[in-house]
Amino acid sequence: MSLNTYRAGPDEHGHFGIYGGRFVAETLMPLILDLEKAYTAAKDDPAFKAEMGYYLSQYVGRPSKLYFAERLTNELGGAKIYLKREELNHTGAHKINNCIGQILLAKRMGKTRIIAETGAGQHGVATATVCALFGLPCTIYMGEVDIARQQPNVFRMKLLGAEVKPVVSGSRTLKDAMNEALRDWVTNVGDTFYIIGTTAGPHPYPALVRDFQSIIGHEVREQMVAMEGRLPDTLVACIGGGSNALGLFHPFLDDAEVAMVAVEAAGHGIATGAHAASLTGGRPGVLHGNRTYLLQDEDGQIVEGHSISAGLDYPGIGPEHSWLHDVGRVTYVSATDTEALDAFQRLSKVEGIIPALESAHALAEVIRRAPTLPKDHLMVVNLSGRGDKDIFTVARELGVSL
Amino acid sequence: MSTVSSRIDRRFAALKAEGRAGLVAFITAGDPDHDTCLNLLKGLPGAGADLIELGMPFTDPMADGPAIQASTLRALAAGARMSRTLDLVRAFRSGDVDTPIILMGYYNPIYAYGVERFLADAKSAGVDGLIVVDLPPEEDGELCLPAHAAGVNFIRLATPTTDKARLPAVLANTSGFIYYVSIAGITGAGSATSDAIAAAVAHLRTGTDLPVAVGFGITTPEGAADVARVADAAVVGSAIVRRLEANLDADAKAKPGLVADVLGFVGELAAGVRGARK
Repeated sequence: MSLNTYRAGPDEHGHFGIYGGRFVAETLMPLILDLEKAYTAAKDDPAFKAEMGYYLSQYVGRPSKLYFAERLTNELGGAKIYLKREELNHTGAHKINNCIGQILLAKRMGKTRIIAETGAGQHGVATATVCALFGLPCTIYMGEVDIARQQPNVFRMKLLGAEVKPVVSGSRTLKDAMNEALRDWVTNVGDTFYIIGTTAGPHPYPALVRDFQSIIGHEVREQMVAMEGRLPDTLVACIGGGSNALGLFHPFLDDAEVAMVAVEAAGHGIATGAHAASLTGGRPGVLHGNRTYLLQDEDGQIVEGHSISAGLDYPGIGPEHSWLHDVGRVTYVSATDTEALDAFQRLSKVEGIIPALESAHALAEVIRRAPTLPKDHLMVVNLSGRGDKDIFTVARELGVSL
Repeated sequence: MSTVSSRIDRRFAALKAEGRAGLVAFITAGDPDHDTCLNLLKGLPGAGADLIELGMPFTDPMADGPAIQASTLRALAAGARMSRTLDLVRAFRSGDVDTPIILMGYYNPIYAYGVERFLADAKSAGVDGLIVVDLPPEEDGELCLPAHAAGVNFIRLATPTTDKARLPAVLANTSGFIYYVSIAGITGAGSATSDAIAAAVAHLRTGTDLPVAVGFGITTPEGAADVARVADAAVVGSAIVRRLEANLDADAKAKPGLVADVLGFVGELAAGVRGARK
């Protein structure tokens, strides 16, 4: 399939090909239409742009560095590897980019209460952070299972003044946290703004989150041209819902010479069924407001995902990724828990950077791919988060008691 | 919308002729198990239910509160699936050709079954209408329009957030009746005041001649009677499901007497509805 542009979506109904849309209860429909209106207006408002720019630079610390990982490059002996250092952002992940954008939108819309869902807790921490920054009360929904495996982030959110509500329904992970956040929203329609953490949910969320995260790719473009005098050859990112990947990829989608690889979580291995790879192991369905690839049984019941990384442990994926998958613009692969754990340790030892387990999935693909490529091949991997939050999980996996 | 008179149209015409409102009773297909559910289903008309909403189980019921969440998960654990839900309707229909059955739930299980195949199978099983929570008018092309074409009513939800500007979109392509969700929230949560419900029903009637059923937050015969005074039907779901839940043992299996007890409660609700305008 050949298109003039891969960057025009979604259409006015929120569709990327057959994916996306607005599959929500009637109660939420007027809110979603309001949000779309407010976002469309904000996007073209120089004052909004200036305010975002101010907080991204002064508070988040952007632009994040594009770092040449020389030792890792030498060890792997192939492509020249650059790390996009999103883990150096305030709060330690890319999630804050989107939260700054959405809280400024919430303020513009006169909303006085914020809710969010979180898996690994990075989006919850980022949301709690911007709520503290702007003095808004905030409730974070988090599955009981995730609370147990991400204790440091839970405490962080509480320190920031957020109320963390454990979700005990369903599989008690990210998808159930999203269900519970939607139940809250439908109940508190008047004053509440729902900050969705990834490029999923009903239109306009997938587009809006992508736009807020696209600063990652725009910076990489400038930085790479400044450092190497040309565009990168390959971009690599991990993918749960898909916001860090889309943020990196989107500004390059129309540059045919730039290859893109997104890495899903293969958990114990695709063949075992215990994974969170919606594109590799799922098929199109409708959940959480959009049509997209989902892990589901033949009766349309949602199947629980599995990944060592709580941030990738979601049975769906953003609708734009489903479309990019079908049209073939982005290559989707997967990495297992074990491969991610190996990459986690390797980057720590070789570069002195402890990556998030999520980002370690992207690094696992870099470790596989870089040695097969020539030394002048420029490869950028999105280091979407730092790994401090994961040290307890990793210690347990390695049989170390802390 | 539909020009052909449906079982739902005929039931509301009959209720109007009797000068009373109807009771819409909700249970989840396959809860707590297939056979118990079928017995319940068969007993509902005799207990006084004028229409039946049968929930299609789904793992992620985003608009439902704890009672119906638990109910739908119980059903799935007991082996519920779409084909079994249609089996229940078929078995019910073999003994009752008058009581409308409306399937209620979420889109994904229908989408996975295949829209055309689902509509054909549902129609032949004896399903009269559909309520699909996550299909607003913006997505009418998915199921609503194909349902009309297949002769199945598509019943839309109107809510407290459905304002004047939006109401025409909600009413367009709706048939059978309008379901007014009386609170902004999930099933089984709080309840609206009678005055608020009366005002909302009056507002809906400015835009449609279709019957208006009101649900969410009705838990007692008195509450059902209040609604029955201003609307064409009262819908009770969570309260019936909670009554069922109270008749389960520690392993979520039906205790003896479950069917009689739940139907007894439905009878009390029906009495409330039937006595409301006297």
